[in-house]
Amino acid sequence: MSAKTRLPVGLEAIQHKGWINAHRFLLLRRLSQAFFLLLFLLGPWFGIWWVVGTLAGSRTFEVLPLTDPLVLAQSIVAGHLPEVTALIGAVIVLAVYAVIGGRVYCSWVCPINPITDAAHWLHERLGLQKGWQPKRMTRFWILGTVLLVSAITGTVAWELINPITMLHRGLIFGMGFVWALVVAIFLFDLVVSRRGWCSHICPVGAFYSLVGTKSVLRVSAVNRVDCDDCMDCYAVCPENHVISPALKGKDGETPLILSPDCTNCGRCIDVCSVDVFAFTHRYDNRAKKTVSTAVDAATEQAA
Amino acid sequence: MSATGKPRSVDRRRFLMDTARMAGGCAVAGTLLAYLARDARALPAEALRPPGALPESDFLSACIRCGLCVRDCPYDTLKLAELGEDGPATGTPYFTARTVPCEMCDDIPCVEACPTGALDPGLKNIDDARMGTAVLVDQENCLNFLGLRCDVCYRVCPVIDEAITLEPSHNTRSGHHAIFSPTVHADHCTGCGVCERSCVLPDAAIKVLPTRLARGSSAEHYLKGWEEKERKGAPVVEGIIDLPDRMPEMPGVGSEVPAFEPAFKLPGGGQ
Ligand code: SF4
Ligand code: SF4
Ligand code: SF4
Ligand code: SF4
Ligand code: SF4
Repeated sequence: MSAKTRLPVGLEAIQHKGWINAHRFLLLRRLSQAFFLLLFLLGPWFGIWWVVGTLAGSRTFEVLPLTDPLVLAQSIVAGHLPEVTALIGAVIVLAVYAVIGGRVYCSWVCPINPITDAAHWLHERLGLQKGWQPKRMTRFWILGTVLLVSAITGTVAWELINPITMLHRGLIFGMGFVWALVVAIFLFDLVVSRRGWCSHICPVGAFYSLVGTKSVLRVSAVNRVDCDDCMDCYAVCPENHVISPALKGKDGETPLILSPDCTNCGRCIDVCSVDVFAFTHRYDNRAKKTVSTAVDAATEQAA
Repeated sequence: MSATGKPRSVDRRRFLMDTARMAGGCAVAGTLLAYLARDARALPAEALRPPGALPESDFLSACIRCGLCVRDCPYDTLKLAELGEDGPATGTPYFTARTVPCEMCDDIPCVEACPTGALDPGLKNIDDARMGTAVLVDQENCLNFLGLRCDVCYRVCPVIDEAITLEPSHNTRSGHHAIFSPTVHADHCTGCGVCERSCVLPDAAIKVLPTRLARGSSAEHYLKGWEEKERKGAPVVEGIIDLPDRMPEMPGVGSEVPAFEPAFKLPGGGQ
């Protein structure tokens, strides 16, 4: 056991499943992030205007409007009643994330995610301290503050500093000093606060977490009986408090990760050498009862 | 009670402390953000908003900074303000007349593109747009004011003869020429900036300014007698006697003004 915990995170999974399978969702996620960015860049770079605009608001194939619901919410509390196009766009976005998981936005679309992931990777590499870890409620407080400030000042307040739309807009329209903001977030996550931005501060993540409270697509610890306590999933999960209730649940308790903080990134699925986790839907409560024979063989081998 | 009561009250105290701390932190962060928001409300004078833009304070609550208006402008007039640039609130659309003015498209594609109504879809006729007001700011350098016939700003104006006219007057310097002053009529000027863009001087003598800077306003109770008279078709006040204008007159000389004679002569004749 103690010999095992000293193995680097994810090594076991690579040995059992091969590198590709042990990074499947990570690779898919990076592809998805690049894909969504590229969609917006096709126009300015290659003159293919399938998608016009930015993450704040866009138009796809001249018909489909999409609007960032949080930006629009700020606009509304600031006292503007938007035209229907923007409202329709926001409703579509809300509906999609309500089904597939609000924070899917975080792990599959948001352009800041690769940056904070990189900061975390380096943080682990350098073996740095956790640093400042704000309370879990902090981001919801910030979300509330943002809406309040919007209402009081009559502006779309978060857009004055929102690194997500700024970076996205920067890549598409022109950077200005946005790079400085991105560097600041990287350094913040690296030296001030481990996973500080995305898991503790960002009100956009908090907002999407609320959107996905009842989302259908969920990760489940179906094979939790096979878990050998290597703790690798805790090490890779950006919101690892969501794992315990599902993984350590007693018989009869659901193996589903139901916390809306879960970003559906699928890293836990990747990193588990005994395939405890899988994507499923929220009405699938099944949990396997017996230990897999393959796992038995593996542990015997190890012993 | 004492066994369970104590930890509970400690819990409650911690909860209250945490909440207070969080609220305090948010108050500080929120104040900073509000300060930033106030700061961002100052729009520089060279930055003009697209046609149909709501008044600036409403615009800042309405525009989601999506850039669709920018994309649909066929003349690349509009830009999104970049972070750190000395310009309007980051991400909002604007244009600089001297760089690329608004060409006043008939179909107003920028307004059409706006999903939020930050550019008012009620604007159907581009001549009704009011992006700013042109002002001939430098009469000392404007060629027309110097007595030449440049006329460029006048001739390029898309609303020529309504938004801008040439007003002739006597050239007192040369004594026998006319000055054709380019004169903007704010009621018709859209603020498109084509005149400013085209001014032949190294720095434009005519500039489009935000209307708040370009114009004064007249007090509500001021009436212009001649307009009232025209509206009524008769003198506004009945029975006013038009007194003859009194000219300087001297007994014996009639209304002829005598040649100027200094009242005091320097001793020694003077040169
Ligand atoms: S928490 Fe915020 S910055 Fe991080 S991935 Fe989610 S939306 Fe993006
Ligand atoms: S009216 Fe035409 S030229 Fe002017 S800002 Fe709109 S799209 Fe651009
Ligand atoms: S299209 Fe409308 S909401 Fe989008 S940037 Fe232009 S003015 Fe703002
Ligand atoms: S800004 Fe200049 S060109 Fe445009 S309408 Fe006014 S006077 Fe004419
Ligand atoms: S273009 Fe410039 S210099 Fe010529 S008349 Fe107009 S303001 Fe004067």
